[in-house]
Amino acid sequence: MRPPILEVEDLRVRFQTSRGPFTAVDGVSFALEPGERLGLIGESGSGKSTIALAVMRLIKPPGEIADGRVLLDGKDLLDLSEDEMRQVRLDEIALVTQGAMNSLNPVVRIRAQLIDGMEAHGIKLSKRDYDDRIAALLASVDLKPEVADLFPHQLSGGMKQRVCIATAICLKPKVIIADEPTSALDVVVQKRVMETLRRIQSELGAAVVLIGHDMGLMAQFAQRVAVMRAGRLVEVNGVNEIFARPQHPYTRLLLESLPTFERGDAFLAAAARTAAQAASVGSTLQ
Amino acid sequence: MTPLMELRNVGKVFSGGGFFKQTRTVALQDFSLAIDAEQPTIVAIVGESGSGKSTMANLLLGLETPTTGTVLYKGHDLRQIPRPERRTFRRDVQAIFQDPFGVYNSYYKVDHVLTTPIAKFGLAKSRQETRRLMEQALTAVGLNPAQTLGRYPHQLSGGQRQRTMVARTLLLRPKVIVADEPVSMVDASLRVTVLGNLLQLKQQFGISLVYITHDLATAYQISDRIMVLNRGEVVEAGDPEQVVKHPQHPYTKLLIGSIPMPDPSQGWGDGVAGDDAHEGR
Repeated sequence: MRPPILEVEDLRVRFQTSRGPFTAVDGVSFALEPGERLGLIGESGSGKSTIALAVMRLIKPPGEIADGRVLLDGKDLLDLSEDEMRQVRLDEIALVTQGAMNSLNPVVRIRAQLIDGMEAHGIKLSKRDYDDRIAALLASVDLKPEVADLFPHQLSGGMKQRVCIATAICLKPKVIIADEPTSALDVVVQKRVMETLRRIQSELGAAVVLIGHDMGLMAQFAQRVAVMRAGRLVEVNGVNEIFARPQHPYTRLLLESLPTFERGDAFLAAAARTAAQAASVGSTLQ
Repeated sequence: MTPLMELRNVGKVFSGGGFFKQTRTVALQDFSLAIDAEQPTIVAIVGESGSGKSTMANLLLGLETPTTGTVLYKGHDLRQIPRPERRTFRRDVQAIFQDPFGVYNSYYKVDHVLTTPIAKFGLAKSRQETRRLMEQALTAVGLNPAQTLGRYPHQLSGGQRQRTMVARTLLLRPKVIVADEPVSMVDASLRVTVLGNLLQLKQQFGISLVYITHDLATAYQISDRIMVLNRGEVVEAGDPEQVVKHPQHPYTKLLIGSIPMPDPSQGWGDGVAGDDAHEGR
């Protein structure tokens, strides 16, 4: 086994609320091999996005990383100064967020937004070299070079998400964290964007953490799946194992709640159970 | 027998654009659908964003008027029905929307969405009766009234909020519910409970459902009939078994092939739809 590229050890993230501290991430540990694709699944509020933000060190007050270590290639990100961390972001580890709609500046052309990221990391090129580099970047996410001259509102949701992926990979990071990159997209577009992410990931040899709540997407993308519930990891296993022999009841629930194209599948049975339960208590209504 | 609701060759065109550049967007064309009052059915309208499915919902709810064709309620043109009839229409045809947060006013307790229709339609004579109706409706959808009433929307999960909306429609005993993406913003593990409720409305209360979704899999599971919309046109319609297992139109095949199957051994796009799933890309 190769040494892990990303190691998260006993990570705890706390938020101060008016009702006392709330632990959103409660002692989470996992490791990521170079080039590995890990799926992190759980529902809203389970803490999966908070992990992404903590690893990027983007947790803002009233939240704080209370404990733990985040080792990127052996270096503890939690020990770095703010300036050092700024260099690590994008350069070595990049985040693709959920709402592609909101992560692009609406009044700046795509070209300027891509250049902005590179400049901030000390890449100064001539205009022509920038043009070449941007054209290559856009081509790698299946976009035409002309897209660089457009504003975000002129792009479709899928195109915007591709631009975000292009931004994330412009400095060839070792780790990409993709937080529900396709949850706002239609199935057809989702598939194309995921195919793009998959191809780029293997071209760069980058490791990817895919955060989401769709078990189907995990089955198609991840090699290993980590299941998260109420701030803790309840199960981590190879994707085939998870689907064939889910250990934790919550994992089984997640799998059961997936509709398939089979008659009388677990999903319908569960729906019928809900209906029957409700009917038995609600029969007084008739 | 006149159907309760009917869309007859309905089309909707949105004109827009600037002063010099007029644009016409055909959101829906030549769409027909009849909902029978006697025989409760679940019709699923499946399509992607921009396919015209929400426009269809708005036409059915009387929130938009068609550019061509007619929307009929009990055989009468919706635009011409008199005021008292309009009131029964408002009661017979109910809506459940996508965003389980946006429909609530976050400054009011969730009770508000239940007390409003009770007051508007004069369903209760006293405060006690109002309370009893709310409790019954919530219980009917499997929610515990004690844990739901008196709370603010943010204190409930997306699934609970959406089930409260189902309870709200139930108060009014509608004939048809138009549900526009009712579960797409609800967590995966809670979707099943909301869809279970909708199924129950048909089975237990005889309410028909127009289920608008981009998810063919849930449509397959709960509906009696599927219509696939693409760019405002129905490309395929029929029995769910037929549409999903033997899709005829390339777009239907593409939709089916794009669903990530929860089976790691099955490649994305091969499987149900057959070899030509990748065509039309």
